[in-house]
Amino acid sequence: MNRRISNNIATSVFILCAVVMIATLVYLLGYILTNGFAEIDWSFLSSNSSSFQEGGGIKNQLWNSFYILMMTMLFSVPLGVLGGIYLAEYSKPGKITNVIRTSVEVLSSLPSIVVGMFGLLVFVQYMGLGYSIIAGALALTVFNLPVIVRVTEDSIRSIPLKQKNASLALGITHWHTVKTVLVPAAFPGILTGVILSAGRVFGEAAALLFTAGLSTPNLNFTNWNPFESTSPLNPFRSAETLSVHIWKVNSQGIMPDVLEIANGSAAVLIIFVLIFNLSARIIGGVIFAKISGKK
Amino acid sequence: MSNSNYSSTSSSTHRLIKNKNGSVKRNELRGKVVVYSCAVLIIIATIAITLFLTIKGLQSFIVNGVNVGEFLTGLTWSPSGEGDVAYGAFPFIFGSFSVTFLAALFAAPLGIGSAIFMTEIAKTWGQKVLQPVIEILVGIPSVVYGLIGLTVIVPLIREHSSGIGFSLLAGMIVVGVMILPTVTSISADALKSIPQDIKDASYGLGATRWQTIYKVILPAAMPSLATAVVLGMARAFGEALAVQMVIGNSKALPESITDQAATLTSIITLSMGHTTYGSLHNNLLWSLGLILLVMSYVFIIIIRFISSRRKV
Repeated sequence: MNRRISNNIATSVFILCAVVMIATLVYLLGYILTNGFAEIDWSFLSSNSSSFQEGGGIKNQLWNSFYILMMTMLFSVPLGVLGGIYLAEYSKPGKITNVIRTSVEVLSSLPSIVVGMFGLLVFVQYMGLGYSIIAGALALTVFNLPVIVRVTEDSIRSIPLKQKNASLALGITHWHTVKTVLVPAAFPGILTGVILSAGRVFGEAAALLFTAGLSTPNLNFTNWNPFESTSPLNPFRSAETLSVHIWKVNSQGIMPDVLEIANGSAAVLIIFVLIFNLSARIIGGVIFAKISGKK
Repeated sequence: MSNSNYSSTSSSTHRLIKNKNGSVKRNELRGKVVVYSCAVLIIIATIAITLFLTIKGLQSFIVNGVNVGEFLTGLTWSPSGEGDVAYGAFPFIFGSFSVTFLAALFAAPLGIGSAIFMTEIAKTWGQKVLQPVIEILVGIPSVVYGLIGLTVIVPLIREHSSGIGFSLLAGMIVVGVMILPTVTSISADALKSIPQDIKDASYGLGATRWQTIYKVILPAAMPSLATAVVLGMARAFGEALAVQMVIGNSKALPESITDQAATLTSIITLSMGHTTYGSLHNNLLWSLGLILLVMSYVFIIIIRFISSRRKV
């Protein structure tokens, strides 16, 4: 009888743990969405932020977030995928492979603020890029690279060996097999991982404080020449992203509607992160169904 | 796997020699060069980060002549003060470690408990519900955690204690929630990899579920569960913005858990932009950054040590 009681108590404790965790998520999402949704309207999304007056929007911040995200992906996806191909296909067990594995482990466990400091030292100071979109994107590349490497390696390793051997048996060279058999077969896995990592990059702020900066110059959205300083496309201008904006208004903001802006921005941020999460799942599933010929 | 790679590479080289125009061979070589150079670039990036931050972090000791012992144990921090310059970083080191341990104390039981729920109690639907919950919790950006801490937890603590709400406790709760999904998902993976046979053997002897969990599953999974907690702690130690927003950033040692404190990351976040590059104050911030870098290596070594015990 005694052990049955303790079993029941233990079971309820474990159920309680799970309930606490689910409740935390429901509360977090509910809090952000209910508080922030009221603030989101077209003028909030399409007007400039103000530094001390009421009613600032997040147009530039939203644009900067997407621009930095795009540029980060442009750098980190090719590098990460090729690095993952190396680990899955070309590496031989030995010292060099060990060093690379340790490097990926170190990169992925670095605190994002340390990555930001490295970016400040090397990209902003030594390379003379200043607080700029490109410096921010390079720092985020360091931050994102290990994720892409791991996803690629796992996706390629999960392909049945038969598929690769069939290609090699047809006299197709190793690199050509990688290009035409392995990468296409691993594509759904890689794409899902890339989109999930995009959500992470989109919300990252600590690595951008010292690299992309805390301010945005006045942008002229009719000027799309990337070499002009007021152009939204100029990669050498400083850029405050949405998540940096949330941090900045909370710690330095002097406008009267700090809380409204922060809540609204947080809701927009969360909505995009949820969209990334959801689309990763859906796209991954659809492509998998197509490739594997189911349905 | 890699052995077969090797042999296939050499056999394809053999075939390629017969190719007259040599374009296939060139392609093969080009692919290899591109892939290898990416791998080398990853190594270079890691070495560059370590070297640059180490050299920069040592500047304050070498150039400014700061005493290492005083830096690590001193209690007063006023590096750009008018009169006496003091550079004791102990309150921040203490703050970082206490936030990390308190957060782990909160997240470890809850995370491992949820993982056991997922893998032992409600195997099918528990997994279906908790897996997305974990993934969304991981995906929530740290500034959003900080914002909620600032608007919900800080006022709550202010009402129930004598302090102003910004406190070690607030930092611990925010970081604890942040590392909860990390601990849970790695623990769940560890518990899943326990062979069904040993569980069945325990049930076959008439043990209850709790006895099986407590006497069989937990001991067998212990090294992996420890890895999960250490990984969570590594994340907690490096977390910057969420902590900075709720901890109060006081430069003195906290007297109680509801007192204001500061961490290494929160001081760097706060001061880096306001100091002149190359000044003593600025160099000291890089030294704080060096502590973060060293700690992330220490966490990796701890994890390696724990994993090496698992194989025995």
